[in-house]
Amino acid sequence: MNILITGVGGQGSLLASRILGSVFTQQGLEVKVSEVHGMSQRGGGVVTTVRAGKSVYSPLITDGEADLLIALEQMEALRWLHTLSPSGKAAVNTYIIPPLPVLTGASEYPQDIESAFDPSRSIFLNAVKLAEEAGSIKSVNVVMLGAVSVWLNIGPELWRAALTDCVKPKLLAVNETAFELGRQMALRS
Amino acid sequence: MKERLMLGNEAVARGLYEANCAFVSSYPGTPSTEITEYAAEYDDIYAEWAPNEKVAAEAAYGASLAGVRAFSGMKHVGLNVAADPVFTASYTGVNAGLVIAVADDPGMHSSQNEQDSRHYARAAKLPMLEPADSLECRDYTKLAFELSERFDTPVFLRLSTRISHSRSAVAESPRDETAPARPYVKNPAKYVMVPANARRRHPLVERRMADMAVWSEGASVNRVICGKGSGIGVISSGIAFQTAREALGDNAAYLKLGMIHPLPDKLISDFAKTVDKLYIIEELDDVIESHCRALGIECQGKELFSFEGEYTVEAVRKAVLGVSAERGAAPKAADVPGRPPVLCPGCPHRGLFHVLNKMKLTVTGDIGCYTLGAAPPLSAMDLTLCMGASVSALHGFVKADPEAAKRTVGVLGDSTFAHSGLTGLMNIVYNQSNATLIILDNAITGMTGHQQNPTTGMTLKRRPTHSLDLAAVCRALGVGRVDVIDSHDIDAMEPLLREHLALDEPSVIIARRPCVLLPEIDRQAPLSANEKCKNCKACLRIGCPAVSAAGGSVSIDATQCFGCGLCARVCRFGALDKVKPGGEPS
Repeated sequence: MNILITGVGGQGSLLASRILGSVFTQQGLEVKVSEVHGMSQRGGGVVTTVRAGKSVYSPLITDGEADLLIALEQMEALRWLHTLSPSGKAAVNTYIIPPLPVLTGASEYPQDIESAFDPSRSIFLNAVKLAEEAGSIKSVNVVMLGAVSVWLNIGPELWRAALTDCVKPKLLAVNETAFELGRQMALRS
Repeated sequence: MKERLMLGNEAVARGLYEANCAFVSSYPGTPSTEITEYAAEYDDIYAEWAPNEKVAAEAAYGASLAGVRAFSGMKHVGLNVAADPVFTASYTGVNAGLVIAVADDPGMHSSQNEQDSRHYARAAKLPMLEPADSLECRDYTKLAFELSERFDTPVFLRLSTRISHSRSAVAESPRDETAPARPYVKNPAKYVMVPANARRRHPLVERRMADMAVWSEGASVNRVICGKGSGIGVISSGIAFQTAREALGDNAAYLKLGMIHPLPDKLISDFAKTVDKLYIIEELDDVIESHCRALGIECQGKELFSFEGEYTVEAVRKAVLGVSAERGAAPKAADVPGRPPVLCPGCPHRGLFHVLNKMKLTVTGDIGCYTLGAAPPLSAMDLTLCMGASVSALHGFVKADPEAAKRTVGVLGDSTFAHSGLTGLMNIVYNQSNATLIILDNAITGMTGHQQNPTTGMTLKRRPTHSLDLAAVCRALGVGRVDVIDSHDIDAMEPLLREHLALDEPSVIIARRPCVLLPEIDRQAPLSANEKCKNCKACLRIGCPAVSAAGGSVSIDATQCFGCGLCARVCRFGALDKVKPGGEPS
C-alpha cells in the first residue's frame, strides 16, 4: 500500500501520515513514513509518503505507483496526480490556497482541476467545512482520512486506536467526529 | 518491548539514551535538529544548544574526557564549522565514547549545498557508520559508542534527509548503565597536541584505522544479501541501499555497508568475485566507487548514476535492468504554478525587506528564514553563502569598494549572529570598514523550528538563563552607533537606514520583533480591503501570502492574516483596515 499525502506547510499532513502509519503497524505490516521538515514548511508544498507491506525498503513512492493520493489542497492534487497508479484513487479537499506567484498575478491558479481526475476513482470534498462542523478547522487532515477509509479494508476499532495513539486526549473527540463526517461524506458520494 | 514507528532522528536519540550517553551539545540544522530535541526529553541526558557546531563538538569532547559518553549532532555544513576540533580529536582519541552525527541533505531540501560528508571520515581518519532505517539509527548509535571506546576514537554517524526524517519500527531497550566508570586521568602526551606529542599520536591514528579496517571485514553491519543468481551485484549503503533494493529486489545480490570508513577491502573483493556485473549505488560522490577502482575491481557507478540529488527507484531500475517504469494514471501535469516557501503572514522580517527592496540596496544575506527575503517580490538579497558570511563578506565588499558602503547592508538573524557573526563584526571594527549591519532579532532560531539560543534567555531544557544583550555586545565590540527599531516600523526604518549609510563608521541596527509562530504571540484582528482601494496593488509588493489580487481586485484571506498591519502601512489610500470583532471593517 502506497499513500501519498500532499498539502501546504502547516495543514497537518504529518499527523495524517502518523495515523496511517499507526493503523498499518497494528495490522502487522512493515511501515515506512517519509516526512518533510525545515524550509518547505514555510508555506511551501509538502509531500508525505506512507508505505506498508510485507517488506518495505524505500520510504518514497515511485511515480505511477501510488495506490492512494490524499490532497489537502486542490492544486497540490493536480501536481501529484502523476504519482497515482492506473487503479489508484484520490481524495481531494476542494480548499484553495493560492501560492505566491498566483497572489502576485505572475501565474494563474489552474481551472477545473476536478476534470483531470477519473470520477469513478476520486472524491472531491469540502473538508474545511466538515472540519469546522467537527469543532476545529485543524481536523481537515482527519476528515480526509475518514473519507479515504471507505476505500481501505480497515476496521473502525483500528482507526480509533490509531487516533487515540496519535492525537492529544483533549482533541480526540473532535477528531473522531471529523473522521466520521469525512467517512459519511465519502459514502454519500 | 512493543515496536513503534520512530523518526530516524528520534531513534538516534533513543540510541543515545540506551547507550548511557549523558552529554549532548549541538547546533540545530535541518535535517539533524530533532536528534538533540528528542535527546533533551530524557532526564538522564544533559542536552544543550551551543552557539555553533565548533563549540558543540568541543563541549562534547570535553565531556568525553571527563568520563561521560558524549554526542554532538549537526548538518553537513555544520561539520565544516566543527571540522577544526574534529580533525585533532582524531589524534587525541577519547576517554568515554564520543559520537558525532552528521546529516547530509542530498537534493538540498533545506541547505545551501549538497556536500558529501563521507569525505570527512577519510580526511580526518575517523570511522563512519551509516544506518539505513530507524532501527539501524538506534543500533548504530550504540555501536558507535562501543567502537569509540574500544578503538579510542571519535566516531561519525552519517545520516541523510530520508533517513533522519523517515519513520520505521523500533523496539525500545532499556538504558545500559553497566559500563565501567572512566574517570579522567591526566595524560598530556595524549591530550596536549603540541607538535612533539602530535607526532607521536599520528602513527597511532594510522594503526587504529588499520585495526578498524580489519574489524570492518567481519562486522555484522557489513552484510551480504543474496539474490536469485542473476549475476548482478550492488554495493551500497544508507538510503541509496533502500532505493536500490526497492528497485531491484531479488534481481541483484547486495553488499550493504554499515561502516563506510574504513571500507572492508577483502569483503568487497570477495563479493565482487561472486557477481558478473557490479554496480556501486551511492548518492552524491563516488566514495565507494573510487575505493573499488583503486582495488582494481571492475564496476559501474557514476557513468550511470548522478553526482546530484536523490536517486529514484525508477532511475535505478532503468540504469541496471533497462526497464522503464510502467505508466501511471496520468502524465505529469503541465503548468501547475510552483509553491515556493514564503515568509509567514505577520513575519517580522517582511517589513525590513520591503524597505531594503524599496531603497534598492545591495544586501549581503545569511542563513535563516530571512533568506526567503531573496525571493520575489521582496528580492532584497545579493548573496547567501554560509552562517556569518553576511557580516564578513560585507566587510570585504565595502572595504574593496568604499563608495558601495553608502548603499550596502548586511542582514542576519539573532541566532546566526551568535553562531558566527560576532567575529566578523569584530573584524569590521578592528579593520574599520564603513559597514552597516542589520541584526534581525526575532527572539528565536526560526527556520529549524524554534530552538532556543544565547539571546533568548531560555535553555534547551526549558530553564531560564542569561540572555545575551545584542546591543551591548555590539557596543562592547567597539561599534559606536547601535540603534534598535521595530522591524515593522517601515516609516522610521528608511530614514534610520539613510542615516546609518551616511555614517563614516561601522554601525548596527537591531530590527526587533518576535517570530509570530511563537506560542506567546497573539494573533490580531485580520485586515480587509475597503471601498477606498484603487487596485494599485502596492500591498502585493510585500509578498504576504494573505494578500491576494487573484480575482482582479485586492482581498485579504482572514484565515491567513495575522493582523500585523504591514499591508495597511504600505497603502497610500487608507484602503486596508482591521476588521472589528463584529466582522465589519473599523
